Amino acid sequence: MTGNSHDTVSGDLGLSIEEPLIFEQDSPGAVGVDWPEAEAGADRLGGLARSGPVGLPSLAEPTVVRHYTRLSQKNYGIDTGLFPLGSCTMKHNPRLNERMARLPGFADIHPLQPESTVQGALALCREVQRWLSVLTGMPGVALTPGAGAHGELCGMMAIRAALDAGGEASADRRRVLVPDSAHGTNPATAAALGFEVVSIPEDERGRVDPGRFEALAGEGGVAAVMLTNPNTCGVFENDIRRIADAVHEAGGYFYCDGANFNAIVGRVRPGDLGVDAMHINLHKTFSTPHGGGGPGSGPVVFSEALAPYAPVPRIVEEDGVLRLEEANGRAFGRMKAFHGQMGMFVRALAYMMSHGADGLRQVSGDAVLNANYLLRRLEDVYSAPFAHSGPAMHEALFDDRALRDTGVSTLDIAKAMIDEGLHPMTVYFPLVVHGAMLVEPTETETRASLDRFIAIMRGLAERAKSGAPLTEAPFHAPRRRLDETQAARKPVLRWQGARE
Amino acid sequence: MRYLPITGADRSEMLRAIGAPSVDALFSDVPEDALLAGPVDLPHHAGEFEVEQRLSRLAGRNRAAGAGPFFCGAGSYRHHIPASVDYLIQRGEFLTSYTPYQPEIAQGTLQYLFEFQTQVCLLTGMEVANASMYDGATAAAEAVMMANRVTRRSKAVVSGNLHPHYRDTAATLARFQGFALEAGPPAPAGGEDLASRIDGDTSCVVVQYPDLFGNIRDFSELAEAAHAKGALLVVVVTEIVALGALRPPGGMGADIVAAEGQSLGNAMSFGGPHLGLFAARTRHMRQMPGRLCGETVDADGRRGYVLTLATREQHIRRERATSNICTNSGLCSLAFTIHLTLLGETGLKRLAALNHAGAVSLADRLGDRVVTPHFFNEFTVRLDGDAADAVERLAGGGVLAGVPVSRLHPGAGLDDLLLVAVTETAGADDIDALAEALQ
Repeated sequence: MTGNSHDTVSGDLGLSIEEPLIFEQDSPGAVGVDWPEAEAGADRLGGLARSGPVGLPSLAEPTVVRHYTRLSQKNYGIDTGLFPLGSCTMKHNPRLNERMARLPGFADIHPLQPESTVQGALALCREVQRWLSVLTGMPGVALTPGAGAHGELCGMMAIRAALDAGGEASADRRRVLVPDSAHGTNPATAAALGFEVVSIPEDERGRVDPGRFEALAGEGGVAAVMLTNPNTCGVFENDIRRIADAVHEAGGYFYCDGANFNAIVGRVRPGDLGVDAMHINLHKTFSTPHGGGGPGSGPVVFSEALAPYAPVPRIVEEDGVLRLEEANGRAFGRMKAFHGQMGMFVRALAYMMSHGADGLRQVSGDAVLNANYLLRRLEDVYSAPFAHSGPAMHEALFDDRALRDTGVSTLDIAKAMIDEGLHPMTVYFPLVVHGAMLVEPTETETRASLDRFIAIMRGLAERAKSGAPLTEAPFHAPRRRLDETQAARKPVLRWQGARE
Repeated sequence: MRYLPITGADRSEMLRAIGAPSVDALFSDVPEDALLAGPVDLPHHAGEFEVEQRLSRLAGRNRAAGAGPFFCGAGSYRHHIPASVDYLIQRGEFLTSYTPYQPEIAQGTLQYLFEFQTQVCLLTGMEVANASMYDGATAAAEAVMMANRVTRRSKAVVSGNLHPHYRDTAATLARFQGFALEAGPPAPAGGEDLASRIDGDTSCVVVQYPDLFGNIRDFSELAEAAHAKGALLVVVVTEIVALGALRPPGGMGADIVAAEGQSLGNAMSFGGPHLGLFAARTRHMRQMPGRLCGETVDADGRRGYVLTLATREQHIRRERATSNICTNSGLCSLAFTIHLTLLGETGLKRLAALNHAGAVSLADRLGDRVVTPHFFNEFTVRLDGDAADAVERLAGGGVLAGVPVSRLHPGAGLDDLLLVAVTETAGADDIDALAEALQ
């Protein structure tokens, strides 16, 4: 970099400004919040008062605001541009939802206030349950799981509880069938609950082969199948009814991973397909913000058969008054403290009310339209393994066959996209496809944005074939490629600097 | 519809490019009788003003804590949140970003997580912390499972003064994972003997600090007793501001600290979203659940940050992962870290001191009714009658007096006990009002 006539004195470049850690900006004597000193008096800490400093740095408010503003500028968000992460549903996050969640009547209420003082909050939870129940065609809704994987845990616990309640040889019924294309959380959830994971390979259509599934289910000991539909190969499991029947006949339950509900919301009710339990990622389909990795919210919808086992607390109505039921004979237990991610329920309900039944139908329609458009406009330059298995759903899946002999990998394409001002798609997932690129544009992109994406992707494929040095990208991001091996080999997980 | 930019003209052209006659035709793989012909039976779309009006009406049916004297705690606390916290977390680059899997364009998230992990270590006195979990209760449950992995044992001894929601969350997992969870009865005045319950099968002892009833005690001896039998000490903290005033659990020999971080930067929000804090010893780092952010360098040798040690996690290990956990509590951890950065050393200590002073002043007024000998900002009061009735009656008069113990321990014969939390948001007038009402 040295010797370039565009070098700067500081090393910073325009809006790209290096920002030290807060610990390196410690200015003893500075403070960012004005609290008075407490009046001196006898303490009642029983000799447990902290002695010595905590070691926190001292910064005034302007320094703090600038610090986090500069950090934010090193991040890419949906507000920045297209964010086509497959299976993550990075759609527009309306700011109305943020405003609603911050109403004092929702944000400034305590989970254990008298129920008489939170009737509106309980009514809101019930309203969220009603929307989710109608949209999925499933009678039971457990609101408390804190995220999608937590919802999986909830659904699978209900299945375990139902099997155990059935008595007869529940202990022998521990096999959970999981397709190889499933999210890693599916086998991890099943294993965490003591189930034996049996993997199901995909067939050449990117789907579960129903004959093969029936054979596996027929081997006995089946507790459940965990199936994502639409699946992560980007197609709809069109034999879903046969799969549901087979698992039911085998005495097991059908768990559906609802991560891809955005593709069918308002058009298909999982309850009509034989599903017994499904989590819904409110931060995907219903647009609560991902926030750089949470908080999520993963309500679970249940069939008639499983609904009695849903966890506590539950919201019940007696004489027109809503209250929280903390104990219920058949409930399998509790998922977390209090009653669920209220702040996320408000946002999701604002989103659902804004779209309405008609708008949600358009959501899935446009999400699927956009994915198919990308698939058809790119399949001649990137190989699409399942492009002829039927229409794509809300994701377009490519592999790296077209890049063979170019020396450019899926990862290189992803990193080159960063230089083009795009967030990469999901890469190397699903595992069943070599060098997978899973593209999910969502319904909130304009046609112009999709066309720009197509032009960039076609251009990158051309460059890959002409031997351009994509393996070094990115060049124009806040950082070049980071050394992940060093990070894992010699972990540095906190600031190590000494304090004076 | 204001959020959906594809126009009718776009749609026709795109369908032509795809070679499909209609959007409906793209759903041809769905069993025909499962395809809905039209919208489901729910209201149609609504404008921003209409949605705002309807939701505001629901919000108006709740009594906000700011409307009068307020003393509820028991795991969720009302603290003042500086204006800049809420402004900064709503910057779109934070709010609308994803888990930082592409570190080159997620250094903002990764750097604050690195700072957050350091702050959590400093507060708790521990050596390593993760990037946050769903909430305190799930963090505590994960701590028990981690102790089981570390010790290869399967029995947790749990204090009767652990928040019942935390106990139940762990017990639910225990039921399905086949480990034992032995919880004692509640001891409102403290003084439980836990050491004698530890044996050679015990993976960990789980205590809360301050506990549900507000008690604080030194766990150093308990830590020694646990370690002598090869068990770990798990310390749960539900009011993290307490660690601005109290000796940190790390200094008492804790092996894992599982805490609720809501008190800093996050509204009570009826109990969620909150954020779990999780800290441990370096020697157990590879058995930790959840995401970890680590320092490294980029191709030009510049310092940068990445998610690391992912080989523990579900997206790599699948059924052999340490936990099925996927999400952390990203935005809540951002609010936490910004608030704590604003407070700094001086601000945190003053905030903690104000909380304690307020609680002491109320306790002094209530005299013998106070059951908890030593406490931080929350303690237990014995009333002459049923605490739930008293709370309901006082709520009618505009005072939210606290959490009746019967709400968390129904049928335990503790109906006359009330948990009262005093934060910096309770003024002298509020304290007077409550003291008079409870006399």
